[in-house]
Amino acid sequence: MSSNFIAVIDYGMGNLHSVASALQHIAPDAHIEVTSDVGRVRQADRVLFPGVGAIRACMGEIRRGGFDVAIADTIASGKPLLAICVGLQALMDSSEENGGVPCLAHFPGEVKGFAANAEFQIAQASAPAAERLKVPHMGWNQVRQTIDHPMWHGIPDYSRFYFVHSFCVQATDPQVVAGVCHYGIDFNAALTRANVFAVQFHPEKSAEHGLQLLKNFVSWNGRP
Amino acid sequence: MALAKRIIPCLDVDNGRVVKGVQFVDIRDAGDPVEISKRYNEQGADEITFLDITATHEARDTTVHTVEAIAAEVFIPLTVGGGIRTLEDIRRMLNAGADKVSINSAAVKNPDFVAEAAARFGSQCIVVAIDAKKVSAEGETPRWEIFTHGGRKPTGIDAVEWAVRMVNSGAGEILLTSMDRDGTKNGFDLGVTRAIADAVPVPVIASGGVGNLQHLVDGVTLGGADAVLAASIFHFGEYTVPQAKAYMRERGIEVRL
Repeated sequence: MSSNFIAVIDYGMGNLHSVASALQHIAPDAHIEVTSDVGRVRQADRVLFPGVGAIRACMGEIRRGGFDVAIADTIASGKPLLAICVGLQALMDSSEENGGVPCLAHFPGEVKGFAANAEFQIAQASAPAAERLKVPHMGWNQVRQTIDHPMWHGIPDYSRFYFVHSFCVQATDPQVVAGVCHYGIDFNAALTRANVFAVQFHPEKSAEHGLQLLKNFVSWNGRP
Repeated sequence: MALAKRIIPCLDVDNGRVVKGVQFVDIRDAGDPVEISKRYNEQGADEITFLDITATHEARDTTVHTVEAIAAEVFIPLTVGGGIRTLEDIRRMLNAGADKVSINSAAVKNPDFVAEAAARFGSQCIVVAIDAKKVSAEGETPRWEIFTHGGRKPTGIDAVEWAVRMVNSGAGEILLTSMDRDGTKNGFDLGVTRAIADAVPVPVIASGGVGNLQHLVDGVTLGGADAVLAASIFHFGEYTVPQAKAYMRERGIEVRL
C-alpha cells in the first residue's frame, strides 16, 4: 500500500472516471481508489468528494451510504478533503434546488439558482442580446483568489477553470471564501476552512491549472 | 471577469480512426484520435467533440476504448456524439470518460429519450444535436426544419420549436448544425443560430460552414452562439486554435488564452 492513499467517494452519482484518471495522471505513485466503502474512506490519507447531478438525489445517496458520517469524521480527523462541484454544494447548510434540501452544514449559507436571483436577472436583462447569460453557467471563467492558500500554489490569480452548474453559493461567512467568480453575480468559486477545500469548478476538466490544483491537493498537509 | 466563448474542434471518427484527414505537420499519426485530441488540448482548445460515425454496432466497442484513451490523457471536456440511442449507450460513454453525450436522431425518433436521459444522468451532460435546413423560400419569413440521418431525412419539425422542446425536456446544451452550410466554408447560418440562441436559455454551439476566422466571430456576435465548433479549418492547418482565439479577442470577444 502506497503511503499516499486517496479515496474518491463513489456514492453512485455518475462518472468518476475523469477525476480518478486526472489524479492518477498527476500523482502516478499515489494509490487512487474510487470507493463506495465507508471503511476505505476512513483509511484514506486524503479524501476527494465529487458530485454531479441533482442535489436531492446526491444527498439521498450520501446519507443512505453513511457518507455523511464518513465525511464528518474525515473533517474532524484533519485529513485533507477536496470537494468538487455538487460536493461543494453538499457541504453548505441547504440548497433551494428540488424544493429545498438540507445539506451537511459544514459551510454557512444556502445554495441558490442563478435563474431565480434578482441581481442575476437584472444583469441578464441589461446584457446585449448576443451576450445573454445562459444557464447552466457552462465553460471557462476566471477565478479571483481571495486568500493565499497552499491549494492555489502555482496557479496565477484570475486563471480560468471549467464550470458547469445552474446553482451557486454565496457563503454567509466571508472568512471561508477562498476564491470568487463572476457570472451576472459574484459567487464563491472556492471555499476553505482548516483541512477542507471545496471548488465549484471541475479541476479534472480545467487543463493545466486544474491539474495543478489536484497536484497541490495530493501534497497538501491540510493546513491553511 | 467573464465567461469565455468556447472554441471546439470536432473529430469525425470511424472505427477508431479520424476521417476527413487531419494535417498537423509534425504529428506522428494523423489518424489517431488520441494524438489529435492531445494536440488540440496543447493548442488551448476549450473542449473536444468526438463524432462517432462508425456504422456497425459491433465496432462501437472500439469507440469506447478510444474515448477511454482520450480521457486518460486530455483533461478538458469531451463530448461524444453519433449513435447514442439508449440509456446504456450514454452510461457506457460517460463511464469511458466522456463528459457529455450528444443525442440527435434518437431524440427525434423518441422525444421522451432526452427527458429520460436528463433525469438519469443530469442535464449537464445531455447535449441535443440539431441538424437544420432552411425550408422557407426567398422573401418568406425564414423557417428551418430538422433533418436526421446526416441531413438526408426530412422530419417536418420546426427547428426553433424543437430546440425549445428539447430544452424543456432537459437538454443542457444545443449543438446546432446548418445542413445548408456544412462543408461549404461560407460561414454559419446566422439566422437559425440567432433564432435558436434567442429562444432557449441554455448554451448554443454553432456548427457547419466555418471557412475563416471572421465566421467564428460572426457566430458569436451576430449568431449569439456561446461556443463555435469547427473541423476542417483546424484539421488542415489553415488556422490554429491560438490564431482563432487571438482573432476573436482582437474583436472584443472574451476567450480563454
